[in-house]
Amino acid sequence: MASTITTTNGEPKLWLGGIEPMKASYGKLMMWFFLLSDTFTFGAFLVSYGLIRFSYPAYAGDVADFTFSNLYWPIPEKVFAAVPFLHGVYLPLVFVGIMTFILIFSSVTMVLAVEAGNRRDKAAVQKWMLWTILGGLTFLSCQAWEWTHFIHGTDEGTVIRELVNNQWIERTIYGANLIENQYGPVAFADLFFFITGFHGFHVSIGVALLILVFYRTATGLYERRGHYEMVEKVGLYWHFVDLVWVFVFTFFYLV
Amino acid sequence: MAHSHDQHVVSDGGAAHRKVIWKTFWILLILTALEFLIAFTMQHGTLRITIFVLMTLVKAFYIVGEFMHLKHETKSLMWSITIPTVLLIWFVVALIMEGAAIFQELTIFKFWN
Repeated sequence: MASTITTTNGEPKLWLGGIEPMKASYGKLMMWFFLLSDTFTFGAFLVSYGLIRFSYPAYAGDVADFTFSNLYWPIPEKVFAAVPFLHGVYLPLVFVGIMTFILIFSSVTMVLAVEAGNRRDKAAVQKWMLWTILGGLTFLSCQAWEWTHFIHGTDEGTVIRELVNNQWIERTIYGANLIENQYGPVAFADLFFFITGFHGFHVSIGVALLILVFYRTATGLYERRGHYEMVEKVGLYWHFVDLVWVFVFTFFYLV
Repeated sequence: MAHSHDQHVVSDGGAAHRKVIWKTFWILLILTALEFLIAFTMQHGTLRITIFVLMTLVKAFYIVGEFMHLKHETKSLMWSITIPTVLLIWFVVALIMEGAAIFQELTIFKFWN
């Protein structure tokens, strides 16, 4: 959290040129610029979602009469309405709400770890890092369940009509993959897999980094080094992952 | 806004800072809860989308400003991150208009029937 990282003797940690640009250490500044470039990547994904969504017809009828069809873009709350252990119960957006809460909470425990690091309170850093790791793993497990459900589909499936060898045929499809989608246009499923998948990949990398930093805290590396800046840098990455989820949640699930 | 969390002179052992962290958490939680409330009580439309986008931007402000501490970094660092990000708005508007134009074209050529 400190804008200046100091060594044990209180001197600012200068770059090799003898100054400290933007009052941030080299590693921290590079983390910020990496996250900026990652913002563009996720921005491109979400903007692609917007473009493709706006090029499809929206569902025009009453929300209560909504049925899945590949002729219009689905209403997200109708697609994401399942919760583990409550099979067949219609609970729109409840599970994704729980996932959002878990990720926001893990962001809080992360910032508490960073704060403890500034006080060089090793035990507190370890405690909050463990909570953050737990939050990250829980989120990933939730996402695994969400994907499984999305791929397997509903009990009834959706009947689609398609032109095969110049003949209209009807068949029932269940769930979604990259070439077939019971919930709506194929592009909807593709974007779901790409966007939440790319975010989930970031969370996985984050958990791996958190475990590494926890290990190095526990073995006293940062204590010997005299500062806990590594906790802060991984913290920046972790908050960014939470930030991306806030946007994914709004544009994929709410709008 | 200009209050700084200088961690080298923490007289209270960081208690004030922890208070800010928990306050931010409650703001984020309440905003998310409100988003749910709106999702189930309000008719779908441009107004609803606008409210969601604004609430998301407020949440982003708190996450980046407080959790990522950007609000309390030097001005040059803050702006070098913020200005390129703001340019994304242009990108969003341009491509959404493009999507709407594609929809118009496909409608004219009766692609949906």
